[in-house]
Amino acid sequence: MPRWRVLAVFLLPAFLLYSVFIVYPLVSALDYSFFEWRGIRQVGFAGFDNYRDLLSVYPYDQQLWRAFAHNALFFAGTMLIQNTVGLLFALLLFRYRRGKRFLQAAFTTPYLVDPLVVGYLWSLLLNPTFGPVNALLEAVGLDSWALPWLGDTRTALPIVVLVNAWQWVGFPMLMFSAALAGIPAEYHEAARVDGASAWQAFRRVTLPLLTPAIGVVSVLTFIGNFNAFGLIYAMSGSTGSPAGSTDVLGLLFYRVAFVEGGVEAIGRSSALAVLMFVFIFGVSLLATSYFRRRERKLL
Amino acid sequence: MRAGRRAPGRVAVHLLLWGYAVVALLPLVVMLLNSLRPTSEIFTAPLRLPTSPTLDSYLQVWTDASFSTYLLNSLTVTCGAVLIGTAVSALAAYPLARYDFFGNRLLGAYFLAGLMLPIRLGLVPIFYLMDSMGLIDSLLGLTLLYAASGVPFCVFVLSAFYRSLPGELDEAARLDGAGEFRIFGRIMLPLVRPALASVTLFQFVPLWHEFLYPLVLLRSDEKFTIPRGLSQFFGEYTTDWSALFAGLVLATAPLFVLFVLATKQIIAGLTAGMSK
Repeated sequence: MPRWRVLAVFLLPAFLLYSVFIVYPLVSALDYSFFEWRGIRQVGFAGFDNYRDLLSVYPYDQQLWRAFAHNALFFAGTMLIQNTVGLLFALLLFRYRRGKRFLQAAFTTPYLVDPLVVGYLWSLLLNPTFGPVNALLEAVGLDSWALPWLGDTRTALPIVVLVNAWQWVGFPMLMFSAALAGIPAEYHEAARVDGASAWQAFRRVTLPLLTPAIGVVSVLTFIGNFNAFGLIYAMSGSTGSPAGSTDVLGLLFYRVAFVEGGVEAIGRSSALAVLMFVFIFGVSLLATSYFRRRERKLL
Repeated sequence: MRAGRRAPGRVAVHLLLWGYAVVALLPLVVMLLNSLRPTSEIFTAPLRLPTSPTLDSYLQVWTDASFSTYLLNSLTVTCGAVLIGTAVSALAAYPLARYDFFGNRLLGAYFLAGLMLPIRLGLVPIFYLMDSMGLIDSLLGLTLLYAASGVPFCVFVLSAFYRSLPGELDEAARLDGAGEFRIFGRIMLPLVRPALASVTLFQFVPLWHEFLYPLVLLRSDEKFTIPRGLSQFFGEYTTDWSALFAGLVLATAPLFVLFVLATKQIIAGLTAGMSK
């Protein structure tokens, strides 16, 4: 066992760096949220007033729920489209021979691109006047489809979901491919011998055995979607235009803290940060333990 | 009948997979092609190939829009942070993994907690902390913050690697009279080199893309990293699409180059470790 002084040389640099720049700010955010602020001055203990203000003072009372609903839709849409398609690609590629490596690489390439770049790129591609997407739709005779996709409050959020899925679909595909490779081939053969159709074999054998992978993909998708910022900032600015139809919690937090929070910015944005933390962390823990229980039932 | 039903199914699978490969790659190809032709041409013939490819937009973006500065800043901050983060974590993970000192488990859990905490939610206190240390609009401040954010992950991965090394190694060295730092530098560190390479790469990508911290903590153009500079640039050059596409390509290219180089490096590192 080395002496304490030697141990300290090994441990202190990481401990200090991590404590000062990561732990201290997070603990401070909790502390800040319980005080009343005038600019950067604490003027008194506020209890849960900042939290109440977020839920009852205009415009936060409306924006908070709207942003939350958009995050929930963003998550639901991503699960439905990105992760389902990812699973489909993994299944199709599982027995695929020619060009499998190339296809996997192609599907995962957009993941290497900065989400901010992805957002800006698609906002140019989807531009209603000069964008190639609408030009292509018109060229193949789908003129009625050449819409201002990002300018319409009804289509903007679904487009964000699709663009995000375009970037990330390689992730569930790789996770599910790895999980599929781990399922013993005898299971499929047994199902076939028993006369199960391809769909029955998938539904009764493959899908249950994918539970661990589905759990990991779901939780990571949830965390990623509720922390989304760069992609949406690039596509719709800090207000989630048009008319707040793509506003999410990440953008709202940024605005309350640094753009339009006024003299009470610190207290209110800290309260919002704590709420987001409790929700994201809590749901992640619950979901993880739920999937653990499902896994145990399998064994 | 079975074979007859399968043939159209196979064709559909081929079409779907290769069709989606086009969907995945075409936007990036369009980005590259449009950066090579003037804006007027992009506007009049959005679907055509460049008639006479030119690098004019790159020159403009590189110098006028100071992408050269952004690239240098991004390289400085990211490389500095990855270096510092990996170095302090390599030090800390060693005693955590190999000595049973008092408080070991507590300290390990303390570092591990960082993997699960959404650290960006500390943004407001970070801003005032940086302000009090005079590190607003400073590349040093951003480097330290980025380095700290990589510590939990690095400590986690590197501890696992140190733990997998056989105990006889350092015992033999200790009997030979080697000091703790010598054992660490000469025996342990070279053995975890493949792990060092992978944690370096894994830290690099999210830090290279980090946008929220520089958006809040950087003020002046000459300090901007690529993502921060890009958002500025998109506000200023809204109608010069050729330049915008060139900016997007320049923001994307370094990571593609790094990945092509680093993947080989990591595979080489892994196989070198195995043959010993």
